[in-house]
Amino acid sequence: MSVISEQATYLDTEVLVIGAGGAGMYAALAAADRGARVLLVDRNMIGRGGATIMAQMTVAAALGAECPDHWQDHLTDTIEAGRGLCVEPLAERLCHDAPQRMREMDEWGVGWARSGETIRQVAAPGHGVPRCCYVDFLRTGPAVAGTLRRKVTREQNITCVSDLVITDLAIDEGTCIGAAGRLSNGTHALVAARAVVIATGGLTKLYQRSSASTNMAGDGYALAARAGAELIDMEFVQFFPIGHLAPRLVGMDPIMWDPFRYKLGGRLLNGEHEEFIERYGAQDSGRYTATRDIATYAIAREVQAGRGSPRGGAYLSFTHLSQRELRAAFGPVIDRLAENGIHLDARPVEVAPIAHYHMGGVRVNAAMSTCVDGLLAAGEAVGGAGGANRLSGNAITEALVFGHLAGGHAADFALRHRGKAKPNALALASVVSAASPEPAPGSGSSEARPAVQMQAELRQLMWDDVGPFRDQTGLERAKTKLAALSSELAELPVPCDEVFSNELFDWYEMRSSLIAADAVTSAALARTESRGAHQREDWPMQRTEWEHNQILSWRDNRFTMRCSADSGRGRAR
Amino acid sequence: MTAAAPRELGVLEIARGAGDGTTVLQRFEVPFEPGASVLDGLIWIREHLDASLAFRYSCINANVCKECVMRIDGENAYACMARLQKGITRLEPLTGKRRLRDLACDTVPPKERLPGIVE
Repeated sequence: MSVISEQATYLDTEVLVIGAGGAGMYAALAAADRGARVLLVDRNMIGRGGATIMAQMTVAAALGAECPDHWQDHLTDTIEAGRGLCVEPLAERLCHDAPQRMREMDEWGVGWARSGETIRQVAAPGHGVPRCCYVDFLRTGPAVAGTLRRKVTREQNITCVSDLVITDLAIDEGTCIGAAGRLSNGTHALVAARAVVIATGGLTKLYQRSSASTNMAGDGYALAARAGAELIDMEFVQFFPIGHLAPRLVGMDPIMWDPFRYKLGGRLLNGEHEEFIERYGAQDSGRYTATRDIATYAIAREVQAGRGSPRGGAYLSFTHLSQRELRAAFGPVIDRLAENGIHLDARPVEVAPIAHYHMGGVRVNAAMSTCVDGLLAAGEAVGGAGGANRLSGNAITEALVFGHLAGGHAADFALRHRGKAKPNALALASVVSAASPEPAPGSGSSEARPAVQMQAELRQLMWDDVGPFRDQTGLERAKTKLAALSSELAELPVPCDEVFSNELFDWYEMRSSLIAADAVTSAALARTESRGAHQREDWPMQRTEWEHNQILSWRDNRFTMRCSADSGRGRAR
Repeated sequence: MTAAAPRELGVLEIARGAGDGTTVLQRFEVPFEPGASVLDGLIWIREHLDASLAFRYSCINANVCKECVMRIDGENAYACMARLQKGITRLEPLTGKRRLRDLACDTVPPKERLPGIVE
C-alpha cells in the first residue's frame, strides 16, 4: 500500500460525507452550519444521483397545513406500517423533526405545491390524514435535489468532489479516521477526516427491475460492515407494487404512477380487467389505500395464477377520467406521456412490482452514530426506522431529517476532536490495506467474464430467489451463487490505472454488492416467518416470536447474526 | 428449415478513444425494440459485447441526472431520451469538453474537480 500512499491525492477535512443525494447534501449543510469543514464526495456527480432526485412523489410530515395533525399521529402510522419492527427512537426522530425540515426546505425555495397560502398535503396509503407534500408537476425529487445542490455549491465550508468512488474506510483502533478511494483518472485518493457520514443510499440496483439511480448498489452497507459497524433489518427490501412496466416509457421515473393515484384514484385491474386487491384482504376500489406490501403480494399472486396483464403485471386504468381532468392534475406530464404513446383516457398502462427502497441498513442510534467512533450514516443507508414496511412518503423525509441529524452530530464529534493529530497518507494507507483486497491488475480483454456481466447475474438471482417471495431452497441457492460470484470476482483481472475505466468501478461496486446481497439473503434465510416486505412461501404466517430485529456483523468474510433484545415494539401494540 | 424471424437490429457507431489520443469509429449491433432508448443500447453493449465502453449515466432513462449528454448524429442530446433507430446512429463525445474516454467527457463543474484530475 506504500505505492498507493506515494501516488495518492491526499485530502484533509473535518467531516467527510460519502454520497451527494438528498441525505448527503443535507448532512453537509448541517455540518457546515455547525462550523465544520466538510468534504462532500460522490461517485458520480454532486446532486445528480441517488434516489431523491428520481422521486417524483411525495414527502410526509405532520405540518397540519391541510387539517389538524400531530407528529405523534405520523409516528403511530409509521409504526403501524412497520409491522411491529420499527426502531422507535429512529421513527420518533423522523416524525418529530419532519415539519421543521419541511419548513426549512420551504424557506430555501423548494416550491411545495400550495392552495392559496397553505402548503398542499394529500392522502397516501397508510396515513390517517392528508400529510404528503409535493412539488408540481411530478417534480418533488428534482426540486428537493436542486434546492440542496444550489445550497451546497454556495456554502464556503463545503468542498464538493465529483467522480470520486470511496472504496474503503480507514479504521484505527475502533475509530474512523478517514477513507480511501479512486478518482476517475484511475489514481488513488486518501481522505483524513474526524468524522465520516455514509449517505450512499440503498441497494435497489441488486434487483432486475428497480426504480432508483444506478449508483444505489449497496456500497454504504458494505463500507460500514467491513469497517466493523452493524447492519439491521437487511431482509426487508421494499418492492413498489405499481412500477411502470409497459408500454416502454423514457424520461420518467418508473414509479410515477403513485402521484397519479394520490390525485386521481386510478383502478388496479388484473389481466381479466377485474379489481382484485380485495381478495388479498385490503380495500382499494380506486381510492388507493392498500399498503405496498399487500399490493405487491396481490399483483404477484394474480400473475402466478395466470391472471396477469400481457407483460406479466397488472393494469392500472385511468380511463374513467377525461383529457381535461388529466391535464388539470398533471399539465405538461400528459404531453410527455403522449410522446411515449401513452393516452390514459383511452387505454390502461401495465404495472408490476419493482425494487424501490431498503428498510434495512446501517445500525445507528438516534444521533445517527454507529458503534464505530466517528462513523455515522444518513438517509436510506440507515436501517430500522421503517421496520418491515416503510410508510409511503417517509423516504425523502428520512433523507432530510437523518441527513440533518447526521451532519450536526458528525460536526460536533469532529469539533470535539479538533486537537488530535491528523493521520498522514501513509498512516491512512496502512490501516485501509489491512482487510481489503484490491482488484488484480490486468487487461479487460482477457477471457474472464467482466464484472458487468456478473452484476447482471446478481440482479437476476436476487430477483428470482431473494425478491418479493422467498423460500429456504431459493435462499440457499442464492447463497451458493453469491459465494461463487465472490470467488470469481476475486480472480478477475481489471484494468486498474486507466482514465475513466468503468470496469474498475464495476469491480469495486460488485465487491460491495456481493456483501450487501449476502446480508439480505442471510437475514431472509434466518427469518422463518412472513412479515411486511419479507414474504416466505414456506413460512406464510407472521409469528410473534419473530417480533424483533436481526443485527448483522461482518467478521472473517461472513455475517454473524444476533437478535435485538428490545425490538421496536412498544407502541406498535 | 424453418428459420426464426430475424431479430430487428439497431446499429450504434461509436467514436472511441481516450483523452487526446486517436479516435476509432466502432460499430455495434444492438437489439431493436420499439420505444428503446440509445442509453438502453449502450448499456446492452457493455453487458454483452464490450465492458470497456465508457459513458456516463446515473438515473435510468428518467432524464433527471442529465449525465448522459453526448453528440447523437451530430446534435447534443441525452442518450436516455433519444430513441434507438433501426438504421445507424452515430455517437460522439461532446465537442466543447475534454474527452476522458469514449463518450465520457469532463462534464464535472470545475469547482467539483480535484486539482489532481486536471493535468
